[in-house]
Amino acid sequence: MFNNRNGAKNDHRMNGYRKPARYSALDLIRHGLSGSDWPRAWHAHDLRRSYDVVIVGGGVHGLATAYYLAKEYGITNVAVLEKGYIGSGGSGRNTAIIRSNYLTPEGVRFYDRSVKLYETLSEDLNFNAMFAQRGHLTLAHSDSSLRTMHWRAEVNKLEGVDSEVIGPDDIKRLVPYMDTSENVRYPMLGALYHPPGGIIRHDAVVWGYARGVDAYGAHIHQNTEVLGIDVAGGRVRGVRTERGDIATRVVVNCTAGWSTLISDMAGVRMPISTFPLQAAVTEPVRPFLDPVIVSGTLHVYVSQTDRGELVFGASVDPFTSYSMRGSLEFVEELAGHVLELMPSLAKMRVLRQWAGLCDMTPDFAPIMGTTPVAGFLIDVGWGTYGFKAGPVAGETIAEIIATGKTPELIATFDLARFAEGRLVGEKGAAAVGH
Amino acid sequence: MQSRTAVVILLPCPYCGPRNASEFRYVGELATRPDPNATGAGEWRAFLYMRDNPVGWTTETWYHRAGCRQHLTVERNTVTNEVWASRLPDAQLRGRRDERATGGNVADDSGGATY
Repeated sequence: MFNNRNGAKNDHRMNGYRKPARYSALDLIRHGLSGSDWPRAWHAHDLRRSYDVVIVGGGVHGLATAYYLAKEYGITNVAVLEKGYIGSGGSGRNTAIIRSNYLTPEGVRFYDRSVKLYETLSEDLNFNAMFAQRGHLTLAHSDSSLRTMHWRAEVNKLEGVDSEVIGPDDIKRLVPYMDTSENVRYPMLGALYHPPGGIIRHDAVVWGYARGVDAYGAHIHQNTEVLGIDVAGGRVRGVRTERGDIATRVVVNCTAGWSTLISDMAGVRMPISTFPLQAAVTEPVRPFLDPVIVSGTLHVYVSQTDRGELVFGASVDPFTSYSMRGSLEFVEELAGHVLELMPSLAKMRVLRQWAGLCDMTPDFAPIMGTTPVAGFLIDVGWGTYGFKAGPVAGETIAEIIATGKTPELIATFDLARFAEGRLVGEKGAAAVGH
Repeated sequence: MQSRTAVVILLPCPYCGPRNASEFRYVGELATRPDPNATGAGEWRAFLYMRDNPVGWTTETWYHRAGCRQHLTVERNTVTNEVWASRLPDAQLRGRRDERATGGNVADDSGGATY
């Protein structure tokens, strides 16, 4: 592990620091008038023989970890290894919903930190991530789910998160197109309203972090698949990739879908099952839907993007798979459920559908931190809620690498909790609702 | 995690023949339960929570809820969703090879399909 005493070593490495070309209105005018090329946002590099830290997985989590390592701790001799292109996994397949109205106090605190980081991300990265905090509605169609909404609202308020239960009239005011009548199969009894929630441009988050990482001098290696992890004497010695071997003392598993494969390479067993989750998007229409709508009972969530498309997601498929194929049944069920919420959408056409891989854990909470193998860290088990936690996961994992200490914020998310019987119990707020 | 969404794969049920996967409930990876009286908390929790989660062929348990209501042991590929065979959980113990059904999504029927 690193500590703050290796400052001189890292000061030396900071000599390679290239100040990023700052995007500004003036720059836009200059490039517009001269027609000159914009500088590349990130670069390809040769693989070094050794790195201080190797991060497996070039998504939001991996890139955020590399970014905060460089920004907060000056550790820049870092490689981010990605087998495809950056953001090609869960970071590019999620439905881009951000919220922090969870059920457990530790979950609320954790995701709230992520919302706070997202709020200042565009400014921090000098890259517009288009975070639109339009509010988030979780509908309750039964007495028991209304009870859970009240529970969540109270936990949220205690943690200082803006969250309250509202009735059908208020839902109708926020979303006029919603069918809040009682003439439906599952009438709405109320909703948990979370004003800071919203959506963001997920690709921009990935690209912004990648640009920041590159500017600090860390290396992003795309099309570089990890083939093995060398462990000797109970600690990490290196990583084998399809482009050559790397000597390193710290490896971070920031993958989703393939996290079991990577952990198996280090000999760390995990309580993870991988399920596909399908999503779909419609043709663009004029803006009519402000908040994000989630219905756990109907297994659906929907939001309207800045381009006017409706983005739908559902719960995970009914059995494990690494196949990312869509299915007709998914679209049929989805359409039925969406029309129950908003019958006026009946003529809208679905443009495309896709699937991403979700690493489900027994308690619907992530697994973060150290493992029995020294130097092998994990940031996995992100189920259906990984994207919204990207910044805070990067920040906390970077802190573990730099200081060797696990931050209080993620202490309950450790791998040992399964062996010790300390499960978190976030299912009530994470199982379907996003 | 229960979902009402279905994906089209055919599972060969030894009793009912090939049926759409939506008739079944996925139970999970086949895991051998340790003796509760002779096992420690750590081993018991490993049985409860730890999974192989393989990329490729795996053996798992499914429940034919909309059919014969039997629990089945199914060999399935998690990448292609091909199904190699299914059998009653204790068919092998009793040496009843005819309780094994193969096929579904693959051509091979060397196990002796019963439908």
